[in-house]
Amino acid sequence: MKAEVNGEPTELAERSTVADVLRGIGKARKGVAVAMNGQLVRRSDWEETVVPEGARIEVLTAVQGG
Amino acid sequence: MRDPLVIADRKYSSRLIMGTGGASNLAVLERALVASGTELTTVAMRRADVEGGTGVLDLLRRLNIEPLPNTAGCRSAAEAVLTAQLAREALETNWVKLEVIADERTLLPEPVELLDACEQLVRDGFTVLVYTNDDPVLALRLEEAGAAAVMPLGSPIGTGLGIRNPHNIELIVSRASVPVVLDAGIGTASEAALAMELGCDAVLLATAVTRAQDPERMAEAMRDGVSAGRLAWGAGRIPKRFWAQASSPPR
Repeated sequence: MKAEVNGEPTELAERSTVADVLRGIGKARKGVAVAMNGQLVRRSDWEETVVPEGARIEVLTAVQGG
Repeated sequence: MRDPLVIADRKYSSRLIMGTGGASNLAVLERALVASGTELTTVAMRRADVEGGTGVLDLLRRLNIEPLPNTAGCRSAAEAVLTAQLAREALETNWVKLEVIADERTLLPEPVELLDACEQLVRDGFTVLVYTNDDPVLALRLEEAGAAAVMPLGSPIGTGLGIRNPHNIELIVSRASVPVVLDAGIGTASEAALAMELGCDAVLLATAVTRAQDPERMAEAMRDGVSAGRLAWGAGRIPKRFWAQASSPPR
């Protein structure tokens, strides 16, 4: 199944969760936050939230700025 | 703590808020932050695959400086609200520096979206420090919307043009009942001092330090400029006169 992670087309297993996606890119850790299709997915919901086909996932963290 | 800066429920002994953008590397940034004496410093939210990762957060933690996430780059209220929510989740703080930018050339705040975003974030429990135009009317509206601090620009971001409309800054200060932070446009220490002499409660700057030839030395200059300006404001300057007035006795 296809999804987009930080703008990159990504192939995911069926029934992948947000937590699976984060583990796949080595970002399942403190200091990151996730939006899926323009909505925040809380850390406490990462394990339960299944990624739908074609989802746009953004994984953000703090960087130098401002 | 003597003469602390109070924003919402927090107190700071430093009246200089720093940004982290523009530093060539983290070692330079570290020396500049230490020299500035800052206790609160902004960070931006970007995709986690971008180079530079969370190094800046580790640095701030090590220096015991609170991170203030911003919504830099957002062009609409919806974008800014989502970015603030992501920052709250990632950094475990409900403080946010709200920025909504109208266009890339001026980077000036978009007032309608800004006010909308401020209202939404306050309702959602955020402590909102708002980057705004030097517009006394908008500053008041943002305060009414629940902003914890209003942060008018001196001039556009990164220009180093200083404070283009000091009278507007004074008007904002004279009516505000939340802290006023001069944010953006500062180029050198005299301008940071001027902001404080105009009655601002604090100064927020980044580029003036991080892109100076010697960031550490400029950070120290800004620290001293801010405290000199604060002292001068409190001391009450003499009125300006047209003709000279001798300071020595006549005989």
